[in-house]
Amino acid sequence: MKAGVVAYGTYIPRFRIRAEEIARVWGENPENIRSGLGVFQKSIPDIDEDTATISVEAAREAIERSGIDPERIGAIFVGSESHPYAVKPTATIVGDALGCGNFFHAADFEFACKAGTAGIQTCLGMVKSRMIEFGLAIGADTSQSAPGDPLEYSASAGGAAFIIGDKPIAEIESTLSFTSDTPDFWRREGQPYPSHGGRFTGTPAYFRHVISAARKIMEENGYKAEDFDYAVFHQPNGKFPVRAARMLGFRKEQIEQGLVVRMVGNTYSGSSILGFSAVLDIAKPGEKVLLVSFGSGAGSDAFIFNITDRIESYPRKPAVWDKINQGVHVDYSTYLKLRKKIKMK
Amino acid sequence: MLPRFWRKIKYRYDIVGSVCETCNTKYYPPRNFCPICRRRSSIKEEMFEGKGKVLSYTVVHDTPEEYKLEKPYIIALIELDNGPVITSQVVCSENEIRTGMRVKKAFRKYFEDGEDGIIYYGTKFVPDED
Ligand SMILES: [Zn+2]
Repeated sequence: MKAGVVAYGTYIPRFRIRAEEIARVWGENPENIRSGLGVFQKSIPDIDEDTATISVEAAREAIERSGIDPERIGAIFVGSESHPYAVKPTATIVGDALGCGNFFHAADFEFACKAGTAGIQTCLGMVKSRMIEFGLAIGADTSQSAPGDPLEYSASAGGAAFIIGDKPIAEIESTLSFTSDTPDFWRREGQPYPSHGGRFTGTPAYFRHVISAARKIMEENGYKAEDFDYAVFHQPNGKFPVRAARMLGFRKEQIEQGLVVRMVGNTYSGSSILGFSAVLDIAKPGEKVLLVSFGSGAGSDAFIFNITDRIESYPRKPAVWDKINQGVHVDYSTYLKLRKKIKMK
Repeated sequence: MLPRFWRKIKYRYDIVGSVCETCNTKYYPPRNFCPICRRRSSIKEEMFEGKGKVLSYTVVHDTPEEYKLEKPYIIALIELDNGPVITSQVVCSENEIRTGMRVKKAFRKYFEDGEDGIIYYGTKFVPDED
């Protein structure tokens, strides 16, 4: 049975803040940030947006574009590190907003930035075992960062939703995960902002997991870098995915379309799958795509997708890059208000 | 508050209203009785289209405490495509809003019942013009 992505939808909030504007407030050299981090601007959610609203908007786009009856969706998994409630699943809100009825399986996933791809794998298993006809996997976040923390330049908001089923527009040829106990980034219960291991986040965390997962899936399926038309890696900044691609032997042209982080920031659970959606926006039948997510803590999910003929009749406008390039720029004080970083009584 | 909102989730999360099949009048929020047809009314639930245009609007500056961060916000009369005229918030700036503007539904937060209370979600509208 061939299964994979039958529909996808994305959502990026409307507001943007430029790296220069954040650097101005904290007395940093904006050029150092742009070149050092590779992030030029990031998205900011509106005051009345959160992971649940972003999830619903992304999923509604997937449902509208595919015309799938929401009642045929048998499972909903929402992956995020910024679920609105500590206890009460986001998936319940999403299911009701989409009109999925009540007979569907639901759970929230948490695995830093890879909780969305974990949902795709779970849906694939349920579809292939014929437990469900369609499964909905969403990765969305409205990530917080402490004011003045380097993460403030990248932590952004957005999400992507995928309906998994048979007759896919992008068949999943193979998927695997690489997981270890690595303390690169964490947030304890009740803490508003995450902590991170600084330089520790690079080699033992991001690169070890992304490279190991990518190498293994290519080796197991007998592919080399040049066999792929596109590759998308998790994008915590504009530097890591470019270096990972180079280490694996991918050319710049293979990763450029999916490299959305420079203009939208790190959307955490939405990050690699928003890049993957940007690739789906222009992919042609017969093309092959490698997707590797990364979640701190740490783990990577790798996928090989084969684009099918069905993609040609799937509506793909507005495209992810259209949404990224729209947007209203705000100053740092508006940003603080939108993110509720100002303590009020 | 909580039970009252919970019962209406279906009608708030999406634009689910009602239509009187006798006279074809559409209602949102839904009614279970048509004031035109009275005893002859035949009410059916219907999901209305999530697109429409602004008929008129008001900019609210004097807001309740829980909307302080959204001040000023816009409340508009919106004529849905093939649907009724409804009242809803339009999320955009004072400079953007205008009569005749095309808008589309958006799933947003209405308000939070404090830091430890329930979060209320529902349908608002956003500009739909490129
Ligand atoms: Zn009537």
